[in-house]
Amino acid sequence: MLSPNLKRLEDESIFILRETAAEFRNPALLYSIGKDSSVMLHLAMKAFYPSKPPFPLMHVDTGWKFKEMIAFRDATAHRLGLRLITHTNERAAADGINPFTHGSAIYTDIMKTEALRQAIERYGFDASIGGARRDEERSRAKERVFSHRSASHRWDPKRQRPELWNIYNARLGPGETMRVFPLSNWTEYDVWEYIAAEDIPVVPLYFARARPVVRRLGTWIMVDDERMKLGPDERPESRMVRFRTLGCYPLTGAVESSAADAREVLWELRQSRLSERQGRLIDSDQDGSMEKKKQEGYF
Amino acid sequence: MQPSQDKTQLRFLTCGSVDDGKSTLIGRLLYDTGCLFEDQISSLRCESERKNADGRLDFSLVMDGLLAEREQGITIDVAYRYFETKNRKFIVADAPGHEQYTRNMATGASNSEAAVVLTDARNGLLAQTARHTYIAALMGIRHIALAVNKMDLVGWSRDIFDKISNDYEGIIKKLEPDSGELFVTCIPLSALEGDNVFARGDAAPWYRGPTLAEYLETVEPGDVTAGIKPGPFRMPVQWVNRPNANFRGYSGAITGGTIRARDEIIILPSGQKNTVQSIIVSGQERSAAERGEAVTISVTEETDISRGDFLSDPRDVPDVTDHFRAAIIWMSEDKLLPGREYVMKISNRTAPAAVTEIRGRMNVLTLSMEPAKTLAKNEIGICNVKTQTPIVCEPYLKNRESGGFILMDRVTNDTVGAGMIRYSLRRASNVTWHSFEITKEARARLMGQTPRILWFTGLSGSGKSTMANLVDKKLFLMGRHSYVLDGDNVRHGLNKDLGFTEEDRVKNIHRVSEVAKLMVDAGLIVLAAFISPFQRDREFARSLFAPGEFIEVFVDTPLEVCERRDPKGLYKKARTGEIPNFTGINAPYERPDHPELIVNGNGSAEEEAERIVKFLENFGDCG
Repeated sequence: MLSPNLKRLEDESIFILRETAAEFRNPALLYSIGKDSSVMLHLAMKAFYPSKPPFPLMHVDTGWKFKEMIAFRDATAHRLGLRLITHTNERAAADGINPFTHGSAIYTDIMKTEALRQAIERYGFDASIGGARRDEERSRAKERVFSHRSASHRWDPKRQRPELWNIYNARLGPGETMRVFPLSNWTEYDVWEYIAAEDIPVVPLYFARARPVVRRLGTWIMVDDERMKLGPDERPESRMVRFRTLGCYPLTGAVESSAADAREVLWELRQSRLSERQGRLIDSDQDGSMEKKKQEGYF
Repeated sequence: MQPSQDKTQLRFLTCGSVDDGKSTLIGRLLYDTGCLFEDQISSLRCESERKNADGRLDFSLVMDGLLAEREQGITIDVAYRYFETKNRKFIVADAPGHEQYTRNMATGASNSEAAVVLTDARNGLLAQTARHTYIAALMGIRHIALAVNKMDLVGWSRDIFDKISNDYEGIIKKLEPDSGELFVTCIPLSALEGDNVFARGDAAPWYRGPTLAEYLETVEPGDVTAGIKPGPFRMPVQWVNRPNANFRGYSGAITGGTIRARDEIIILPSGQKNTVQSIIVSGQERSAAERGEAVTISVTEETDISRGDFLSDPRDVPDVTDHFRAAIIWMSEDKLLPGREYVMKISNRTAPAAVTEIRGRMNVLTLSMEPAKTLAKNEIGICNVKTQTPIVCEPYLKNRESGGFILMDRVTNDTVGAGMIRYSLRRASNVTWHSFEITKEARARLMGQTPRILWFTGLSGSGKSTMANLVDKKLFLMGRHSYVLDGDNVRHGLNKDLGFTEEDRVKNIHRVSEVAKLMVDAGLIVLAAFISPFQRDREFARSLFAPGEFIEVFVDTPLEVCERRDPKGLYKKARTGEIPNFTGINAPYERPDHPELIVNGNGSAEEEAERIVKFLENFGDCG
């Protein structure tokens, strides 16, 4: 049984997913493989049951995701019988753009933001469903559920449409697109409570296990493959760690933990005094950095 | 923070101006409930030190999200914040308080069940406090807490607090006639010091009421209708779910009442009835579902149901109307102009809509109505609205979801207005719809025509069917709903057991009359073409219909002409005796005494058909 809080969040998210399917010609679910994507996918399976979700999964692959994430992604699409589209910024990948030599800001802009814009244009998606939540970061607190993007994919915070009740304005001009966020009102805690209550599969990286890591900028970075460049003093060591968010492995910090399943993660969260984005190296680049990325089209 | 199986959710609005300390209050709520994380606190500490010389935590910095706002030190958009206590999760819509941002407050209020209105104890009640309360009430919020902030700066004076509380009661009394009953709690507090926010503190031993956190934890969730009663079943169809031919599923959120398998439902605006076969909630079959749940309902009968159709309890249906009165909050730089067409979205349905008249504009400073020709941004008006196609709705105060709508600009696609329906302006339609059944009149109104029966009588070969079919085509092109009944489509089905004896001819006409009556009940214009030789039978047919509905059309063609035409070779057979009882040859035809129309069957069929259509249109106007 879900608590009234989770039930209400679930009902709201299902409504948003159905509205997206009904209002747009060619929507896609941006599947990032993370826990929020797992929840979104679980909700989409419920929203359209007994039909399948009437849109494909779209994964923007930077080529630097954890190996376990890619395996989980393919297994999930197969298990649910859904169409999976993956897109990589091939030109940039061929140019050797990587997080080590180019820094997180440039790398993220090219391999995520630019790649997403490419994918939206290539497949002609008029709406992309994302798992962003308003509680993640300050600038997201004012994000709409239906967030309008100009023909050049820009987000203009001053031109956002007022969003009343659950009546979403889905109208688009030529070339314009919509980003839709069904999990807007969920918190990290809600997400884990829901995963535990519904027994939703997530990438095992979210749970503590002994993993090879090095200490960088006050956080633990996992040595996921041989491309990881180690400093002269860096020696990978084995530690019981888990991840609170998943992205590109060189940019995603792990926390020391012994939480081996969703219930233990919940218990740990209750003790924790750190927000989940703290493990992300890209947010702290500069003051208001997330808002700047969003204006350019990053989720 | 403990996990709780019973954890509920409350969405509330905070309103007040910059100086009232609203951001500080919310920052304090987040901090005191342990919902600010350490890294957020340390970044807050950093920014506080940069801004304030004394380095005291400036909670308002938590709330101001956008760079532009932080730089200008103002809040320009609704921000949503989340915190939780042991039993409840809170979603805070933090709305800016400046007068020019009415639209943002209305936006935040539209999804809130309670409002915290802030006021500065040093200033007492300001005009803006009344304005904020008015907008909250207008948007359907019933539970309001007046947070009298900065009590520390007036020495926690009980007299000052009592005076503000009494003055506020006065404002509430003024609003209630329009908004319905409001439930108000006044709380003295200090957001800066924290007293009576989460912790009670010992600054005001004279205050016995709840702290703000206690209030928020106990206030009953629900808007204008929820909590009072669940109301009749309502569900606007959002998405049609048809994985295969056997599953007729309709997905949507239930906006009123409950629904069970085998319940009868009515589909609006069509008025068709159907029965619930199964209910799917959360991806699983369930026997019942209630208000607020996102469901998929499958029905037993094959019916044409699409997005925007409205499923309702047949015993208590909402209005189907294209003209109504509503309060509109204007949100665009371009003024609202009566007569200009916008796109309206309500209950998953869109329709072109125009304001036909602005009845008045609310002066939010004096809370009184004044005349207006247009509405500018952030102005609130009472308007008459006309839609191009009928919508299904009910008063906002009765059901928030059935009565709220947005208006979008056709060119910019922006959301330019938000409306709350007061009542339908088609009173007659209202009365009909509330009489628990769909009447002939209601169907006719929906089809935009007066149902009639044109009864074509005349000899075989006189041109009855030709004439009926010509008229049918003309009516169709005019957008009328009509249907031809003649020997060809009746004798092969409904009446194929009947022959041509006098007895069978009577039965034939009686059955046809009954079928025509049902069709007229359904709102159609029926064109019946039968020889119907006996005056008595035609009078029987006439007796089934309301006065004025039955139009007897005598297709007067001389027997010789009919016999010369003889399209089916029947006269020839009758003359040779192969067909007994053939009208005009060996059976009588009784000419109508006073037909409504006599058609010259020997003239131009085209002209005569035109004459019938004209007659029908004029006749309709008189009727």
